[in-house]
Amino acid sequence: MKILKQILRTGIVTEPLPSEVAAEIRDIGAKLQEAIRKHFSRSLTIRQVDAGSCNGCELEIHAINNPIYNCERFGIHFTASPRFADMLLVTGPVTRNMEIALRRTYDATPPPKIVVAIGDCGCNGGIFGETYASLGGIDKVIPTDVIIPGCPPTPIAILNGILRAIGSR
Amino acid sequence: MSILKNAILSAIGTEARFDGRNYPASVDFCTVPRGKFIDAARAMKKTNALLVAEWSADESPMGRGFGVFACYRWGAEYLIVRIGLPHDDPIFTSITGKFLPAYRFERQMRSLMGVVPVGHPDARPWIKFEDWPEDAWPLRKSFDASVPMPRVAGEYHFVRAEGEGVYEIPVGPVHAGIIEPGHFRFQAVGEDILNLEERLGYVHKGIEKRFEALSWQEGSRLAGRVSGDTTVAHSLAYCMALESMTGCNVPQRAQWLRALFLERERIANHLGDIGAICNDAAFAFMLYQMSRLKEIMLRTNHKFFGHRFMMDRTIPGGVSVDIDSNGKEHILSELKNLLKEFNRLVTIYDENSSLEDRVRDTGILIPEMAREICAVGIVARASGLNLDCRLQNPFPPYDRIGVNVPVLIYGDVNARVYVRIREVRESIRIIQEIIKTLPDGPVAADCGIPLPDASGFSAVEGWRGEIVYWLQSGPNGEINRCMVRDPSSVNWLGLEQAVLGNIVPDFPLCNKSFNQSYSGHDL
Repeated sequence: MKILKQILRTGIVTEPLPSEVAAEIRDIGAKLQEAIRKHFSRSLTIRQVDAGSCNGCELEIHAINNPIYNCERFGIHFTASPRFADMLLVTGPVTRNMEIALRRTYDATPPPKIVVAIGDCGCNGGIFGETYASLGGIDKVIPTDVIIPGCPPTPIAILNGILRAIGSR
Repeated sequence: MSILKNAILSAIGTEARFDGRNYPASVDFCTVPRGKFIDAARAMKKTNALLVAEWSADESPMGRGFGVFACYRWGAEYLIVRIGLPHDDPIFTSITGKFLPAYRFERQMRSLMGVVPVGHPDARPWIKFEDWPEDAWPLRKSFDASVPMPRVAGEYHFVRAEGEGVYEIPVGPVHAGIIEPGHFRFQAVGEDILNLEERLGYVHKGIEKRFEALSWQEGSRLAGRVSGDTTVAHSLAYCMALESMTGCNVPQRAQWLRALFLERERIANHLGDIGAICNDAAFAFMLYQMSRLKEIMLRTNHKFFGHRFMMDRTIPGGVSVDIDSNGKEHILSELKNLLKEFNRLVTIYDENSSLEDRVRDTGILIPEMAREICAVGIVARASGLNLDCRLQNPFPPYDRIGVNVPVLIYGDVNARVYVRIREVRESIRIIQEIIKTLPDGPVAADCGIPLPDASGFSAVEGWRGEIVYWLQSGPNGEINRCMVRDPSSVNWLGLEQAVLGNIVPDFPLCNKSFNQSYSGHDL
């Protein structure tokens, strides 16, 4: 009973995207709808891969699932297996110790294998650079379609990047 | 005189030298002859001290061989024991027989520095993978970190269990959820876990080596990215170790703001954890409610401090952002609402019997074992150990405000949830006090540069537990070594113990209740 009360009291907290990005979202949104209808039957499935991140980007990827951003309403779902995934959301830098696992995950993903690199480290290795242990950005290991810079990128930036990646196909 | 120093003096006598430029002065630092390292460990064990960390440093720029260090803790006291090893004979006696966490510290030292703990029961590498060249020791000065390493053939041997009906479950490194990578190898009979072996190191980014290529200023940025969810506490621990070496007086207002950031980080992570633990017991309602509360806090951080996780807001000498009266009021009213909603949710947690059935008596880490592995933080406090740097080694304003540290003895998932619940409430109180008593003045001072061949130590209570940094300056006052010890370096051992005898489907629940960092461990 208390649970129901709390649910009703909270109401729907999902927000419309802030005005500064609303226009951009509207533009991509139209393309997105078209692209998802054509290629993904209105549902985009994502496999997230941490290829060496500090866990900061993961927090923000979690956040796009929270009730305020609620990415499910855009038809975005996260899956446990790369075999069901349309898109890989990869955080970096790619460590030497994760390189093989990342390649295998990529190989296990069916086409179209859209790859989105998240965060400054996913783009170019960030503060960790390229060393004996860090290979640098995601594109050093697997083909990358879109990059989302930021340390970490905000949930809005991640949503924008995903929309951009779908629009790019 | 201190208990630990006394114990060293009575065990080793005048052969223990307490000299050198080691800071802060409140932390005793002694060099003992190589053969006495184990005697020091024995003496420490007798006083019931805990092993905080064990590490090594290549001191060849200062014309010496390797230094091997062990840091012990007893109550508020810290003591560091150092031995010197010649470059051509880098061996010392293992202290794993005395202190369990040395098991992984020493494997790590052997793998990354090439110093050999004689008598260690396990010669397998740690963090270093089987496909690294045998003689690749990245923490040695002679190792060029900019050159990619070739892959060589090799095999890692997991512990095996055999018998009728025993089977293995390999999990990872890529897990089912949005979490960090690591490998778990279970041996099970039916649903019961016989043994769990962790295999970590997948997110080894070469952080400790990277520090040595950076300036002291840049170092605080890197420290803020050791474990992204603990960015404030890691930056703070790094800065405090550095400031102890340079003798920097951090302005009061900066110290208050640092404590504010630290407590906000604690609340945000605890909210996320409580929700995620309940979600792993199939109670998704709590995840969404808690993540909503967390998101509200992150937005406030962004609004007033310019970053959702307050990354890079703690800098050497102080903080990089101030707060105005508008911000203070906003935070106070935000916390008032937070506390009201949080308490309502805790009642729901308490009254849900199907949830209680999952979290009670699951994943028990008994107090004796918690002590044995020298656990820290939430994990320690849920298993009867009263350890909290904010209590035992407070920096202002904690010494004035005081901290009520929750300690529970059951050591199960529920205890780890409840320690978090009480800490959220306590942190709300602390923040209210911080804002009420925030002094005026500047928010940063000039940090300065350390003297050559000096060392600095710090311990900060992050949301997971005690974070330790040890910095050493080289002959030109540059970074010669930065040792990072995240709470995860010891607490991961606790998870292996806590899941024994539990059923495999409860593993995610146990794991989430520990929620240790992979990145902070792998470095």
